[in-house]
Amino acid sequence: MKILVPWKRVPNPEQKLKFGGGTLDLSGATWQVNPFDEYAVETALRLTEKGKGGERSGEVVLVSLAPKDATQQMRGLLAMGADRGILIDGQDADLDADVVARTLAALVAAEKPDLVVMGKQAVDGDSGQAGQLLAGYLGWPQATFLATIRLATDGKSATVTREVDAGVEEKRVRLPAVVTVDLRIIGKKAVRNEALASADAEWEDSPRYASLKGIMAAKKKEIREITRDSLGVSATPRVKTLGFEAPAGRKAGVKVASVEELVAKLHNEAKVI
Amino acid sequence: MAGVLVYVETANGDMRSASLPAITAARELAQHHGGGVTAVMAGATIGAAASEAARYCDRVMVYDDPALAAVLAETHAAVLAAAMTETGAGALVATASSTGKDVLPRVAALLAAGMASDVIRIKGPRSFRRPAYAGNALADIEVLTPIVVASIRQTEFAAATPAASVGTIEQHAPIPVDAQGSEILGLHTTKSARPDLSEAAVVVSGGRGMRAAENFKILEELTDLLGGALGASRAACDAGMVPNDLQVGQTGKIVAPKLYIAVAISGAIQHLAGMKGSKVIVAINKNADEPIFQVADYGLVATWEQAVPALIAEVRKLKNG
Repeated sequence: MKILVPWKRVPNPEQKLKFGGGTLDLSGATWQVNPFDEYAVETALRLTEKGKGGERSGEVVLVSLAPKDATQQMRGLLAMGADRGILIDGQDADLDADVVARTLAALVAAEKPDLVVMGKQAVDGDSGQAGQLLAGYLGWPQATFLATIRLATDGKSATVTREVDAGVEEKRVRLPAVVTVDLRIIGKKAVRNEALASADAEWEDSPRYASLKGIMAAKKKEIREITRDSLGVSATPRVKTLGFEAPAGRKAGVKVASVEELVAKLHNEAKVI
Repeated sequence: MAGVLVYVETANGDMRSASLPAITAARELAQHHGGGVTAVMAGATIGAAASEAARYCDRVMVYDDPALAAVLAETHAAVLAAAMTETGAGALVATASSTGKDVLPRVAALLAAGMASDVIRIKGPRSFRRPAYAGNALADIEVLTPIVVASIRQTEFAAATPAASVGTIEQHAPIPVDAQGSEILGLHTTKSARPDLSEAAVVVSGGRGMRAAENFKILEELTDLLGGALGASRAACDAGMVPNDLQVGQTGKIVAPKLYIAVAISGAIQHLAGMKGSKVIVAINKNADEPIFQVADYGLVATWEQAVPALIAEVRKLKNG
């Protein structure tokens, strides 16, 4: 099983955004792996493992379109256990989800993974398009917003549950396929490769930390730097960001002293009950 | 022809009301693009849903085909792309429901079109405003391709009202679609008589501080008294207190009710991203320093054990005049 995990670096989502001149000022941002993509890496690792800390079978390949300093985050993901990384030159300003998807499609043609696992959205742009676009360009089956995934023993299909508005949908997809993961994919028993792990296999309910051994090993792992040109991709963005604005803040509210006062205000002042 | 197509969803043979805001957005966009609004509907035995959609749209293209009964991105995206090509429409709109979010980008790939996700305002034929960074920034974007694909945030567009005249319904001959082996094996839903979370006028949500599933009963009592929908924070869902489909936030449902009551919720930014658009926010939390109070119009520092029963009694008193 060869699994490709595309990931994006994003500004720390807990940091307060700085606006200036009609756009965002990210000069002071600290960068990290998009949380949903970190879950995707964890998912891919579990799909190549017999169990927590167990023997591995298969390959997890990471890829990111990012400036060179994303090597740092790539090393962190390799330290979790991924096998190798590919860094494709790119600056966020020159990219949209579509360029990313077309670049990934070209990489998939070269790498021929059995499965692409990615986060359901990046928490900066919040577009939630790249996975579905990629599946569309490849003409592959897709399964988005995964809460669980089970790979069949024969490695030819995956049965997943998806978080949908009405509840949880169970879907089966043939491989190769593109899947995108939601939060609950890191549940203890949410991920299993039936060819490797027994039904009672379970993991922590969080992405793994890199061990010291993992960090040392990651230093020797390959990070191949390539260009979009080398993949034959000359795509330009189909969506242009004109600017960013801070949303109107909510007016500072009041603290009420009692339930009676609260109900009186909701009735007389806000007129909502 | 120019015009705008809108993907109208169905569920159990009925038109989904979640698509009504998308029809409103399609009407707005059609003013910029020229032409009318055409609904595209895909499924099996969806005649009644098509008749309903015709009350709102100039034209309804119906792809009634057993092969489309399951809502699969693989097949529905192919239908939408074919309808776009056949009509030569300039734009495709759908609600950013879980289905819209799944299907629309795939259509964009098939059409080589740029897509705007989660649009909250239409600023021109190709210009949109949308939230990013968990709603902490508003982005103005422009789609650069001739064809525009846009998903719209349900809470930011009013539900469409019926048009002056009923539109024409056109049964479309089946087109070849390939599910590529994908199959829906089941849908596990929580049955509830309460209004849909995304559409309710009042939402009462509980968080980690509720501690246990049985403690949600008292929130349900308050919810029903106010005729609202029950919600929850991620922490409460993850702890198994309530089903995941009640989750409000960046992952989960985006809500914008008239009244949002957050009980024992701290207010992580991922949660705020899902409810900041509410008209009036009430926070009840025992810890005065929780971030939820920074967005609340009315804050009550109290435990839920004290506050919620008192709130129920007080609302009841008010209702009984």
